[in-house]
Amino acid sequence: MSTTATRVIVTGDKRRKALLRTRRPENLDRPGQRARSRRETLAGYGFLVPWLIGFFGLTIIPMVYSLYLSFTRYNIFQPPSWIGLDNYIRLFTNDPQFIQSAQITLVYVLVGTPITLAAALVVAMLLNFRDKGSGFFRSAFYAPSLIGGSVSVAIVWRAMFAGDGPVDSSLSFFGLDLGGWIGNPDLVLPAMIVLSIWQFGATMVIFLAGLKQIPKELYEAAEMDGANAWHRFRAVTLPMLSPVIFFNLLLGLIGAFQVFASAYIISNGSGGPAGMTNFITLYLYKRGFADGQMGYAAAIAWVLLVVVAVIAFVLFRTQRSWVHYAGDNR
Amino acid sequence: MSLNAPTSQSATDLTFAVQQTTPLPPRRKVHRKTWQTALWLIGLIALTAIVLYPLVWLAFSTFKPNGEFGQNPGLIPNSPTFDNYTKVLEGIAGVPLWKFFWNSLILAVAAVVGTVLSSALAAYAFARIQFKGLGILFAAMIGTLLLPFHVVIIPQYILFNNFGLVDTFWPLILPKFLATEAFFVFLLVQFMRQMPRDMDEAARIDGAGHVRIFWAIILPLVKPALITCAIFAFIWSWNDFLGPLLYLTSPENYPLPIALRLYNDQSSTSDYGATVTASFLALLPVLIFFLVFQRFLVDGVATQGLKG
Repeated sequence: MSTTATRVIVTGDKRRKALLRTRRPENLDRPGQRARSRRETLAGYGFLVPWLIGFFGLTIIPMVYSLYLSFTRYNIFQPPSWIGLDNYIRLFTNDPQFIQSAQITLVYVLVGTPITLAAALVVAMLLNFRDKGSGFFRSAFYAPSLIGGSVSVAIVWRAMFAGDGPVDSSLSFFGLDLGGWIGNPDLVLPAMIVLSIWQFGATMVIFLAGLKQIPKELYEAAEMDGANAWHRFRAVTLPMLSPVIFFNLLLGLIGAFQVFASAYIISNGSGGPAGMTNFITLYLYKRGFADGQMGYAAAIAWVLLVVVAVIAFVLFRTQRSWVHYAGDNR
Repeated sequence: MSLNAPTSQSATDLTFAVQQTTPLPPRRKVHRKTWQTALWLIGLIALTAIVLYPLVWLAFSTFKPNGEFGQNPGLIPNSPTFDNYTKVLEGIAGVPLWKFFWNSLILAVAAVVGTVLSSALAAYAFARIQFKGLGILFAAMIGTLLLPFHVVIIPQYILFNNFGLVDTFWPLILPKFLATEAFFVFLLVQFMRQMPRDMDEAARIDGAGHVRIFWAIILPLVKPALITCAIFAFIWSWNDFLGPLLYLTSPENYPLPIALRLYNDQSSTSDYGATVTASFLALLPVLIFFLVFQRFLVDGVATQGLKG
C-alpha cells in the first residue's frame, strides 16, 4: 500500500496529493517514509544474501564464463586459448556425433513429451470421473515420477528391456519377437521414451488439480446446449485447462532435454548402441570431463541453452493464440 | 445428475430420493452407474498393475539366484535365496554398503537443511518485503527455473577445482545453502504470499522487525510448504547422479547412485543379482518416504506444479 501511495506523490498529481493529505496524514511524512523504504530495501537485500551469492556466483558469472570458454580451447590444465567461432563451426560442420546427438535428443523430447502429456491428461480425466478411490490411484501413478530419473530405475529398465527379459518375453508370447531393446540401435530410443512416459504421474497430478478447478456449471451449460462428450472436451476442458497444459508443456520439454542418468546407466556411459542414447547432456559430459575438451563442451552447453530458450520463447509467443486465462476476454 | 451431487448421504438414500422425485424408471440408470464404476475400477487397476510392475519385479528379483536372470523373466523366483543380500551387504571396491548409505544420508540431510533455510529466507524477501529491485530480481529468479543446469556445470567444476574442493562433499552441499534450486524459492513464495498481512502489520506496530516476523510468524504458518520442500530436497539429493559423478572420485566418498554404477559396470553380465538388489536397497528409503509423506508430496505437486 505505502509504495503505491509514494508513487502517486512522486508523480506530482496535485489533486491526488491533496486528497491523500487529507485522508492519510502519515503519507505526508516524507523523510520518515524514505527512511522506512530504505530500511525495507536493506532488509530485502539482507534476506536475499544467500540467494544473491548463489545467483551471481553459481549461475550468472558461470554462465558468462562458459560463454567465454565456448570460444576457446581449454583442458583445465593450461589456460584457455581464444579460437573464435571454431568450436561452433566444428559442431555444425565437422562433428557427426554431435549432429546425431542433437537429432536423437530432439526425437526423444518431441516424441516423449507430447505422449507423456496426452497420457497424463487422459488418466487425469479418468481419475476426475469419480472422487472415491481416486486418491489411491493418484498416489500409485505418481510414484514413478519421484524415482524415474534415478540410477536404480535405469538399472531396472535395463533388465526389463534386455533380451529374454520381462518385456521381450511377454512380447514373444504375443508372437512379437523383437529381442532385447537395450542392445538394439532401433529400439533403445523407444525404450528410453517409454521410460519417460512411465513418469507421467507428476504431470497427471497437476492436470487433475486443474480439472478440479473447472466450474461444473460450464459442463452443465454445455450439456444443456446439446454438446456431446467430445464437444464438451473441446469447448470446455481444453480451453479451461490450457494454462496448465502450457505450464506442463514448457517444463516437460525443458526437463526432457536434460535427461542424463538413465542414458548414462543404460549405455554404461558410452551413449551406445550406435550412439542412440548419446543424448546432448551425455555427449557434453563425455567431451568435457572424459576427453577434457572443456571449451568444446561449453559450446555444446550454449547450443543447448539457445535451443531451450528458443523453445520457451516460441511457447510464450504463441500462448496468446491458444492459452486461455480466466477473466481474460480476448 | 442428482446422483453425482456430493452429499454425505449413503447411496441407497440417494437412490430412494431419485425414485421419489423422478417418475422415470431409475433402476436402469443406477445399473449403468454401477457398470461404469466397475469398468472404471478395472481399467485403473490394470493400469496400476502395469505402471507398478517394474517396481514389484525389482522387489521380487532380489531373491532370484544369479543364474535365473535371463532365464526366468517372471515375477516369482524358482529357487528363492538371500544370497544377493549377503553379497551386497559386503559392499564393493573394498567399501562396505553402509558407507555408501551413510554418504548419501549426509548429503541428503545437508541438502534438506541448506535448501529449506536459504530458500525460506529468499522467499520471504520476495513475498513479504517491498524493496527497490524486487521486480527484476524476482523475474531473474523465475528465469533460472527454466535454465538448463548443464550450462553452468563446467564453470562450476572449474571453480570448485580451483578451491581444491573436488572429491569433497562441499561442491554438492554449498549450492544448497545458496538457494540455487529456484523451484523451492518459487514454491515458498507462493505460500508466503497467501498468508494474511494483518498479522505482520500488527507485529510491526508492536515493534517487531522482519527477522522476528519471519521467524515467529511466517515460518510457522508455512510449515506444510517447508515440509514439502524438505522431502523433495531429500529425494532429489538422494537420487542425484550427475553431481556426485562429477565431483566425487574416491569410492569411500561415493553416495549410493555412484556406487550402483560400480555394480553396473563391473558385473554387467555376471552379477545381475547383486546389481538388482543394491538398486532395490537404494530405492527403499525413497519409497518409504513416499508411502509416509505421499499426501505432502502429491499435494505439493498439485498446488505448485513441482515435478518429481
